[in-house]
Parts: sequence; structure tokens; C-alpha cells
Amino acid sequence: MMLEEIRNRLQADIPGCQVELVVNGSPSAQNSLLIDRQHGLAAARLLREGLQMDFCSNVTAVDWPDREQTNKVKTKQIVDGVEKEIEQTIKTTVPGYLEVVYHLFSMTNKDGPVVIRLRTPNRTEDVAVPSLTPVWRSAEFQEREAFDLYGIVFDGHPDLRRILMWEGFTDHPMRKDYVPPPDDDLEILREG
Amino acid sequence: MTQVAVPGAEQDNIMEISMGPQHPSTHGVFRMDVRLDGERVVRLKPVFGYLHRNHEKIAEAASYLAAIPYTDRLDYLCSMTNNWGYALAVEKLAGIAVPERAEYIRVIVSELTRLQNHAGMVGFLLQDMGASGTPLMYAFRERERVLDLFESLSGARMMCNYMRFGGVRVDCSAEWLSETAKLVAGFDGFLDEFEQLLTGNEILMARTQGVGVLPRELAINAGVTGPGLRASGVNYDLRKVDRYGVYERFQFRVPLGEHGDVFDRYMMRVLEMRESLKILEQALRDIPSGPIMDPKARLRGLRPKVGEAYARIESPKGELGFYLISDGSPNPYRYRVRPPSLINLTVLEDMCLGQNIADVVVILGSIDIVMGEVDR
Repeated sequence: MMLEEIRNRLQADIPGCQVELVVNGSPSAQNSLLIDRQHGLAAARLLREGLQMDFCSNVTAVDWPDREQTNKVKTKQIVDGVEKEIEQTIKTTVPGYLEVVYHLFSMTNKDGPVVIRLRTPNRTEDVAVPSLTPVWRSAEFQEREAFDLYGIVFDGHPDLRRILMWEGFTDHPMRKDYVPPPDDDLEILREG
Repeated sequence: MTQVAVPGAEQDNIMEISMGPQHPSTHGVFRMDVRLDGERVVRLKPVFGYLHRNHEKIAEAASYLAAIPYTDRLDYLCSMTNNWGYALAVEKLAGIAVPERAEYIRVIVSELTRLQNHAGMVGFLLQDMGASGTPLMYAFRERERVLDLFESLSGARMMCNYMRFGGVRVDCSAEWLSETAKLVAGFDGFLDEFEQLLTGNEILMARTQGVGVLPRELAINAGVTGPGLRASGVNYDLRKVDRYGVYERFQFRVPLGEHGDVFDRYMMRVLEMRESLKILEQALRDIPSGPIMDPKARLRGLRPKVGEAYARIESPKGELGFYLISDGSPNPYRYRVRPPSLINLTVLEDMCLGQNIADVVVILGSIDIVMGEVDR
């Protein structure tokens, strides 16, 4: 089944669901569907029950920090009575976000992958996406891992705890801006 | 082990036991918080992270080539298949072709890996059941022969670091191929001997049949892959489904279980070893001569185009996947391992509920985990 068909089906069957096709430029040509997070759970249910995507193989997160974009804009200005073309460099900050990626396959039809993505609005205050564990149990530990290492909160997850780091740990080490503590700090941690 | 009285428990015989991380049956540093009613398991929560080293972060800081030795240390019994999974992902990401001879060598070393992994797994399972020593030593005798072959091919017995994107690192000699053919020819005899000792054994049957049953629907929904999935009767083997490499050229069957219990998971391993032998015979017979590396593949300073790729292979433990995102720089922007050992543990509690505590050890052994891959 083509991704465009899946997108149309999702938009037709779920009122208000926004789906965007994300094109992948690499030779793998694995394109993906970006689904708005409010309808993530409904879309997952439809994918599993209506489109036989019964096997959710891989769940992972990606951190996209704020980045600066420089655009060169040519404007015409009148300098000393003469019209001149002046190039201006405008710096804008593109806000960052956290992204969860699901790789879905169908064991019934033996096809896939269908890649779906959910994004948070930003990386600091609002970092929640709906948990898809109620639809696919295989997401249970993998979403816990994304919560642990990236700090993404999965609404509706039955058991959202840290999985690899220890309980008292506060940071999220897979984030791009994570700074590991100096070695002597570990000594202090150990002594409590 | 420590015993803690559970506050608010109505019955006196509810007991909480922390099993591990140094328990010999956990195959590494793995812990289970078990709540018991007498000897019956009423709750079981696995605890991970003792071997966590943030493998993914390390690989994101390294170049595409430098990540290969780290993949050896994921499932440290199966470095060859780990290499292949990663190489396949980079090949998809950068559009690299693999010469035919290299594809055959990959199949040969991967099926050898499956043989030694499954033999070792059965040995350990029997060890966990109380058959101290004998089956494990028989299995390890055969495993040593496979490791000797790996050593003469790659220079290392376990951390082989052998495959590269675009091919393999060194070519195999005609002597190596004939030594491998000798091992393959003798392996069926070992399996016959092994099965004669074990498969019909009354104690093995009593300890495994009807124990740790995994229903088909739950296995699919929980993402269980590999022999554990096929023991529950789901026909899903990536060598047949994805036909990666040159697997479509070989005749072999996919063994399927019926009950999804520990006995079926044991039988899957034995039957898969026999099928691997068939693949090995055909691959050794048909291997062509030619180059082992794509001459256009760039190992050092590889900068794939911006994009992403997910590739997966049928490793001896299940579906081993690698997900890579390139931002055009020499190191991956995102590097993710889909660890079959971790995801197969999702259903550990479901399989253990209502069983005796002694069966937990056997059920865990039948999943076949390696902590290097679970914790990464």
C-alpha cells in the first residue's frame, strides 16, 4: 500500500487528522508520515485494525535542537538617490522539537515498513505525545527508553519509568545538548 | 536474594524477591523483582541498565566505519550478524552495492553464527534446568569449532569486526571453505546425538511442556521476533520475508511451533540448526569467485546524503534492526539499534504469571537474551 493512500485513508476516516508526507532524500527512499499528536492514538488504531499493520517493530526518538537559519535576501534600496541592490543576511531561529519514530510492518500481509512520526511542539515545556503502547505492546519498553534517554512524556503509558539510567538520575543523555558530568562528580553521586 | 515483606499484603505468604543481578540463571547482570504467593509468581518486573554504556551516543560521535567494532559488543555471541545488520543499514542509506562473493561469505558466517548461538542456547537452557555440565559441554565443544573458523577468518573468535559496508574485510581461502564444509558435514551427527540425549528425555519434557505459554496474538502484538515468535506458530522469518542478501537462492524451510511453550522454543532452535546446515551446504557449493568489496564503496570519510534508512536482519535472537539518520556529516546524526533481546523480554511477565519460581529460570532461558544487547 502506498503512503499516499494511507495518508488519504487516515484523513478521511479520522476527522481533523493532519497527516504530512515527509520525503526521504536518501537512496533508501523510505518516506514517512508525520501525524499531528492529537490524533496519533486514533491513527495508530486505524493503522493496526484497518490497515493490518499488526507489528510495530521499532520505536525511537530523535532530538532536533533549535537551529539558526541564515537567509540571504536581496532588497532594493535607494542610496544617495541611486537605486541599488543590497544583500542582507537575516538570521532566524527555527525552534527545535523532539520526534518519535515508529516503524510498522504487517505480519499478515508481509509488507512494510510504514514509518510514522509524532512531534512535540518544543523541547522544554511541552514534551508530551500520546503513548501507542495501548495499541502495540512492543512499544512498552521502547517508549520507556525514549522517556529515559530523551525526556519525552508518553501520555497513557501504563508504566512510564526510567529503564536504563538509575532512578535518581535527572538528565536525558541522548539529547544533543547533554553535557556529561565531570568524572569526579560520579564519586559524589556514589557517596550519596 | 533479599526478602522483603510487602506492606498491606493480606496473606502472610506473599513475598517479594529480588532475583539477580548476580543470579547465575540471568545470563549477565539482569534483575527481576518477583512477587510470590508461596511458590507461584503473581508479579514480575524486569530491571535493566546494569550494562548500559549508551552505545547509541558513542556511535553518533564516531564515523560510520568506527561504529562497526562497537556493534560486535551488542550481542557478543553473534558479532557477525550484528555487523551485517549495521552494514545493511549503511548500504541502504548510502546506496552501496555488495559483490556476489561477499554476499555468500556473509550468509556462510551468519549461518555459522546461528549454529553456535543456538547450540549454546540449548546448552544453557539445560544447565538452567539442572542438567549440570554435560549438554552445555557438548554444545560448547561444537561452538569452539565454529569459533576456530571465525578466528582463522577474521583474527578474532568473538569480536570479529568482519563486515564492512560494501562487502567484507578479508577474503576466505579455499582451505577455510573446505574446513567449513567438514564442520557442516559433521554437525548433523552432533545434532542427532544431542537430540537423542535431550528431546525425548522425560525430565526435559516435564519441565518444558505447557510451561511459559506465549499465545500467538500476544506474540505478534508485543513484537516478539525470532524463534520465540515462530514457536507460537507465526510464519515470519526475515530471510524469507525480506529476502535480504542472497537468501532467495537457497532452499530451506521455516520451522513452526504449535503450543508456544518452552519445549517448542527449544525445538525451534534444534530444527533451525538443521535448516542452517542446508543453507550452508548450498552456499558452500555455489560460492562464486570475484571481488569481496565494492570498489566504489568509501570506507573512510563516508558522508551519505541527507536522509534516513531502517534495515533489519534475522539475527539468531530475532529481528535486529538499525535505524540511521544522516545529516550529510561524517558521523550519523541518529543511530539506533532495535534490540531483539530487549523487546522479546516485554512478555516475560505474561509468560511467568501463575508459574512456579523455578520455571521463571527456564522461561527466561528459553527467550535467549544477551545483556550486551538489552542494555546497550
